[in-house]
Amino acid sequence: MSNGFSRRCAALLLSLMPLAAAQAGEVQVAVAANFTAPMQAIAAEFEKDTGHRALLAFGATGKFYAQIHHGAPFEVLLAADASTPLKLEQEGASVPGSRFTYAIGKVVLWSPREGYVDDQGAVLKKDQFKHLALANPKTAPYGVAALATLAKLGIAEESLQGRLVLGENITQAHQFVATGNAELGFIALSQVYKDGKLASGSAWIVPAEYHAPIRQDALILAKGKDNPAAAALLDYLKGPKASALIRSYGYDL
Amino acid sequence: MVPLDSVDLAAIWLTLKLATLTTVLLLLIGTPIAWWLARTRSKWKGPIGAVVALPLVLPPTVLGFYLLVAMGPHGFIGQLTQGLGLGTLPFTFAGLVVASVFYSLPFVVQPLQNAFEAIGERPLEVAATLRASPADTFFSVVLPLAKPGFVTAAILGFAHTVGEFGVVLMIGGNIPEKTRVVSVQIYDHVEAMAYAQAHWLAGGMLVFSFLVLLVLYSSRLKQGWRG
Repeated sequence: MSNGFSRRCAALLLSLMPLAAAQAGEVQVAVAANFTAPMQAIAAEFEKDTGHRALLAFGATGKFYAQIHHGAPFEVLLAADASTPLKLEQEGASVPGSRFTYAIGKVVLWSPREGYVDDQGAVLKKDQFKHLALANPKTAPYGVAALATLAKLGIAEESLQGRLVLGENITQAHQFVATGNAELGFIALSQVYKDGKLASGSAWIVPAEYHAPIRQDALILAKGKDNPAAAALLDYLKGPKASALIRSYGYDL
Repeated sequence: MVPLDSVDLAAIWLTLKLATLTTVLLLLIGTPIAWWLARTRSKWKGPIGAVVALPLVLPPTVLGFYLLVAMGPHGFIGQLTQGLGLGTLPFTFAGLVVASVFYSLPFVVQPLQNAFEAIGERPLEVAATLRASPADTFFSVVLPLAKPGFVTAAILGFAHTVGEFGVVLMIGGNIPEKTRVVSVQIYDHVEAMAYAQAHWLAGGMLVFSFLVLLVLYSSRLKQGWRG
């Protein structure tokens, strides 16, 4: 490569740097997979209203936890549970006092087929399905809630041996069902709920008392301490516009 | 103290079973494909070779996603297996075997194809003048000459299947003793912050992979000296 070329490259890079500094209104957000759809909607509104851009990464909360501890550049975490944010706070990996519950998740038993799932969940006892999908309870709160629901219905986990298929996270559990490979699955209501109603298929919205509440907490991480966009995003999440959006996707507040 | 429990051991056993079965199937399927690719002058050589090599460059998620859709109840593989009364393949051990055959195909076909091409026309012509039938030629001349290629193909096919992750994650459903292989088990341990178990399994995988490659490259070196 010629000297002139590399000098031009360097000049180009230098000229870009002030641009990056001027665009300070960016915040890197790690978002629990179940909150993907609402967060995309919220981020669009957030950018319109404040000029700040939220760069979203979606995934399993447990994975984000490990990544945050190994230097991931996330400034805000929207977790799928309350325990991971609490642990991060206790470990000093977050901005003290920033933690709050942004949504309470609802579990739904869903099938893309009309009329397959009744509104009592009795289909689970009928023994006609080959595969029931859920998120891995080892790592996903929605998986834990699914198992609690089965227990509440008096269905022993052992009786479903070989028929329970575990998604790496709630998105994958949804994918197993949506592609028809599992007849039905426990997923997050937000995945099949839009504008206050079920988008397709049939579903049983699991009553909240069947499992421990899925409190989803958010907080500002240590990397976002001095970023005004991070604080602005958390404020925005508490605001009326975000709240309405969050509810419309089937979460409680 | 090794902290591995019965679930971990089941995952190891399942992985070895999957890799062995996949390797055997791949040698059976890959040999005719490689032979055809090595000998043919057909215009299809390029397209078929490219299809065989696709898993080398495709992200496993792409392969896994398409397999999930294709093998599902509405996909063409799913329609076929259901028509045969076999049900659908995702979330079954058989499904993993089918997926692994696709996924590791180039790792078996390419070494075999190279080995067949290296033999050239001459030994085949000589065998023909000695009135050997094509089948006889293949088994008495080609196979012994291509033996190093078969060894490489088998080792790579096996090792690559052991290292499979993305595809299994997409179509396996993480069922103990059926589809929960070592790589998925490691991932679960890391996710659940059970780092000690993760280390034992991951370390074992690292040592295994190194030893496999060591055997492979050492034997190649020896052949080089002999040649």
